[in-house]
Amino acid sequence: MSLIGEVARWFADPTHWEGPHGIPVRILEHLELSGLAIAIAVLIAGPVALYLGHTGHGGFIAVNVANIGRALPSFALLGVGLLIAIALGLGLGFWPTMFMLVPLAIPPIVTNTFVAVREVDRDVVDAARGMGLAEGQILRSIEIPLGLPLILAGIRTAAVNVVATATLGAVAAGGALGRFIVDGFALREHDQVVAGALLVAFLAVVTEVSFAALERATVPAGMAASR
Amino acid sequence: MTPGEPLVRWDWLGSHVDEIAFRLWEHFELTSIAIVFGLLIAFALSLVALRVPRLYPPITGVTGVLYTIPSLALFAFLVPYTGFSILTAEIGLVSYTLLILIRNIVGGIRGVPAEVREAALGMGYTPRQIFWRIELPLALAVIFAGIRVATITTIGLVTVTALIGEGGLGYFILFGIQLFFSTPLLVGAVGSVLFAVVVDGALVLVQRSLTPWSRVQ
Repeated sequence: MSLIGEVARWFADPTHWEGPHGIPVRILEHLELSGLAIAIAVLIAGPVALYLGHTGHGGFIAVNVANIGRALPSFALLGVGLLIAIALGLGLGFWPTMFMLVPLAIPPIVTNTFVAVREVDRDVVDAARGMGLAEGQILRSIEIPLGLPLILAGIRTAAVNVVATATLGAVAAGGALGRFIVDGFALREHDQVVAGALLVAFLAVVTEVSFAALERATVPAGMAASR
Repeated sequence: MTPGEPLVRWDWLGSHVDEIAFRLWEHFELTSIAIVFGLLIAFALSLVALRVPRLYPPITGVTGVLYTIPSLALFAFLVPYTGFSILTAEIGLVSYTLLILIRNIVGGIRGVPAEVREAALGMGYTPRQIFWRIELPLALAVIFAGIRVATITTIGLVTVTALIGEGGLGYFILFGIQLFFSTPLLVGAVGSVLFAVVVDGALVLVQRSLTPWSRVQ
């Protein structure tokens, strides 16, 4: 029997859609992990990058953070995350995966946010300063709105990467969609493996597309007209 | 990782030197095969894209999709066909290098100043000579930047192939996670990062010796 048929049968089996190990629960676990990881990364990276971008300091740091990020192997982070989680008594699965995802999400957010704020036309910023806006106001009402599409592009890169990588958490006894792939490997059940891979790829594409739509929706009206 | 056990058991390290060396070699092998084949394919596709600019968007589009597929999912798609094998690992690893390499090869060659090209033409160079003797050498710095990124990414991804029975140093990470044994886990994690740093340094040295003119600026 063909693999495609087997995978279709796997999806059609109602028992795979029920209970604590069913597809809906695994998708929710995946989204919960990814969403929290992105939220934490934005809270950590956002303020730092906005400050650096606004003052123009630390461009070297902001760019190099991205290079360091590329060199961090996700699987190694998962292993170290597991050690940290056990040392802190946080258990398996969720937190080891979180310790892997947050460091992966930070670099693109830092770099894009920094560049987004830096690239805002300096004449506009000087004009705002001349009109008496305080530095905080310039950041809030000029630099962030004008840089928003690029800032969101950084969060999108991070989010797609996080959704893809959250799969690995199953190796550290985590839930989420990686469970299907890792269990399928262990049981040599190709239908389950491929079904899991399809679900992950689907979720990554949905993430990409939703963020792209969000970016288009948040372009300030004045900028959209000038494009 | 049982309470009271040290983070690193040096006696384990001492008695596994041979295996660590073997896995490091495997990591090097998996990485170099991926980069060599990635470069060959990327170079061919770049030549096509440079000759027929219309084909550049679809080429980067397809390799871009390959680049976005989550690594574990890509290996999962391949395993039913190519099994738990080095072939599965390499198909995945090579496909992740393509986008980065093609962008840098095409970008590097397109970035060669038009005056330089015209001067070569005026000196009687044929288009083929211009490509090999002028454009390619001048694009080397940009191409090498791509090779460095592709190599670092590949070294990281190789660790994931431990899940399909390969893995190089990633084998120790998987072993450590499954046995809750911190020593091999750290050997794999720290080792693969150090390996990436060393290889990146080596690539910088190779690039400097290949493009001596870029040092004088």
